[in-house]
Amino acid sequence: MTPLLSVQGITKKYGAHIGCADVSFDLYPGEVMGIVGESGSGKSTLLGCMAGHLTPDAGKVVFDTRTDGPRDTLTMSEPERRMLGRTDWAFVHQHARDGLRMGVSAGGNVGERLMAVGERHYGDIRDKAIDWLGRVEIDADRVDDRPTTFSGGMQQRLQIARNLVTGPRLVFMDEPTGGLDVSVQARLLDLLRGLVRDMGLSAVIVTHDLAVVRLLADRLMVMKSGRVVEAGLTDQVLDDPQHAYSQLLVSSVLQV
Amino acid sequence: MIDLRNVSKTFTLHNQGSAVIEVIRNASLHVAAGECVALTGASGAGKSTLMRMIYGNYLTQAGEIRIGGVDLVQAEPRDVIRLRREVLGYVSQFLRVVPRVPTLDVVAEPLRAVGVSADAAQARAKTLLTQLNIPERLWSLSPTTFSGGEQQRVNIARGFAHSYPAMLLDEPTASLDAANREVVLSLIEEAKARGAAIIGIFHDEAARARVCDREINVSRFTPGLAA
Repeated sequence: MTPLLSVQGITKKYGAHIGCADVSFDLYPGEVMGIVGESGSGKSTLLGCMAGHLTPDAGKVVFDTRTDGPRDTLTMSEPERRMLGRTDWAFVHQHARDGLRMGVSAGGNVGERLMAVGERHYGDIRDKAIDWLGRVEIDADRVDDRPTTFSGGMQQRLQIARNLVTGPRLVFMDEPTGGLDVSVQARLLDLLRGLVRDMGLSAVIVTHDLAVVRLLADRLMVMKSGRVVEAGLTDQVLDDPQHAYSQLLVSSVLQV
Repeated sequence: MIDLRNVSKTFTLHNQGSAVIEVIRNASLHVAAGECVALTGASGAGKSTLMRMIYGNYLTQAGEIRIGGVDLVQAEPRDVIRLRREVLGYVSQFLRVVPRVPTLDVVAEPLRAVGVSADAAQARAKTLLTQLNIPERLWSLSPTTFSGGEQQRVNIARGFAHSYPAMLLDEPTASLDAANREVVLSLIEEAKARGAAIIGIFHDEAARARVCDREINVSRFTPGLAA
């Protein structure tokens, strides 16, 4: 089986400082990979490099495209990469306002991605937008409201709807439940798990919340100072961590 | 079906003076299809550790753990994930679920994961929940708020939803009343009858005597305990 995403030797330096160094892994269709580590461990830098937001100094990000098979997205032309970003890829930002257009209605936010891939029929776009608002549990009567009038949790769900409406195959998520209160987190986790299973999505999730990765991720990478110190099955890394830093990370979690 | 050869495990506690604790040494055992084997031994002998190693939850340092043609010690994470989805079931002592998910979906999920239709999976889940005396009015609620015994029964229903060819059972009859204990034992007998290879930990001696064909005392794999 061809990996959906093959990350090979990604290195990104900020001057003399290492952002992330020599990170490699393969992600297969339907798999969810979690990346954990403390602030400054390089996990968001890695995510940015994979998603094309940052340019790595070395390495390859090979994606199994629908039309041409595996291609290195770093050497693609800018229009090709942008098209990928609108169709097969999605990026869920930690702060919903970074991933939404705050001056446009909720329906417009979802519809915009559809128009970007060529949908033109207003009625169809609106119907699809309302369908997706329903899937992320936002009432249809809020379709014409701007996200500025939404709560933080609703904004995050709207961002997810906007990202998933075009049926992507790979979703990058940066702390998707960060900054939300726990009851909203649980709803969002439930929603994400259902979407991953029903749509066969693959996802890369960056978080510092070990409970989130235990519930969402099949596999886990632990990062420290820009390097992957341990990788494996999520429950194995959490229950039997091998590296000193992973052991510290797991034992530092407060029990509730 | 389940085959362990010279399996060893140590824990290295890097943050506690790099203490190295050898917990399992040279464990070998074989469980055939349709057979149920009990792991026995005093508390701390390593029964649960060995079971977690067989599930791939604990990393095994040496040896081979073969289940359905896959060596769990060497396998890639995605092969272990597939094995757990299709071949190897595990009923742990505690239920761990996503908050907010209704009990019926929790029990149906393993079947949905192997491609069974939503209707068929729910029908099977309903049968199991009824068998295990979980009242229908609780089915639409999340099991996170249930009593300990109810959670244990939901856990068992979930564990037996899909007909795994190999199963690991960690104290499946603990904290159950006589009627429910009987249901669980008959579920185990049914699984054996359809050819499942089962490894179990039972503190309930009568239950062990009834469903298990053999006992393996884990202390003989425990360094420092073995005579």
